[in-house]
Amino acid sequence: MSAALEVGQVVAERTYTLTRDSLVRYAGASGDFNPIHYRDDFAQSVGLPGAIAHGMLTMATAIQPVVDWLEGDSGPGAGAWVSDYQVRFTRPIAVDAETGAELVVSAKIGQLDAEAKSARVDLTVTFAGQTVLGKAQVRVAWA
Amino acid sequence: MAPYLVGREKVREFARATASTSRLSLDPEAARAAGYSDVVAPPTFAVVVQEHTLQQLLSAPDAGIDFSRVVHGDQRFSYTRPIVAGDELTATLTVASVKSLGGHSMVTAESVMLDTAGEHVVTAISTLVVRGDE
Repeated sequence: MSAALEVGQVVAERTYTLTRDSLVRYAGASGDFNPIHYRDDFAQSVGLPGAIAHGMLTMATAIQPVVDWLEGDSGPGAGAWVSDYQVRFTRPIAVDAETGAELVVSAKIGQLDAEAKSARVDLTVTFAGQTVLGKAQVRVAWA
Repeated sequence: MAPYLVGREKVREFARATASTSRLSLDPEAARAAGYSDVVAPPTFAVVVQEHTLQQLLSAPDAGIDFSRVVHGDQRFSYTRPIVAGDELTATLTVASVKSLGGHSMVTAESVMLDTAGEHVVTAISTLVVRGDE
């Protein structure tokens, strides 16, 4: 289990498609009803190309592969959980009304403390070939 | 401000809205089998609670902040334990710093969330960039 982990190891990789439906659903679930996330005219009036994804939706989606890894058989151990998660929003994600936006997530071990049973997992999150989250780091701990 | 009661269906709604397939977040039986009293909130769920307190800051008449000019810069959640459905969380918002940068303002706000026993659950830290007039 934890002994098998090593720094640099990719623990999860996944691709997600964000659609306008995702944005509306996230607005309702989170309570963030800023119209830049569902009205093209409003988004354009503040200089954006069109409706963009909530940064917090990107942040929430990007950690799902890590959560699945923690709960799965290849996870670090029983009771594994996320104790800290931080990101910097570096680039807006324009979500096309018809085709949506493809988010590619890769998670690898950035730092490992086997004795303390914790690790830092670094996320690389890209849209259209460009990074959209900076310093995206997850601190995980297990029993 | 009244405590925020974390509802099971709100946790599940939030999980489904964020592409979660976590059994601990979606299935109360699986959560109980893992030793939790109910479904476990996804790692960014605290933003739902933080949203309430941030709205207060942004809509305060003397804040002078135009909501449409606010851009999210950074976000962090530091947990002592996971949020579980049934938790009653009290959030206290503090403005940790305000900086001006070339016509923009950067506001760092911290929401410390405690449970009914007064124990720390999570601190949510947001940096918001308020864009100046173009």
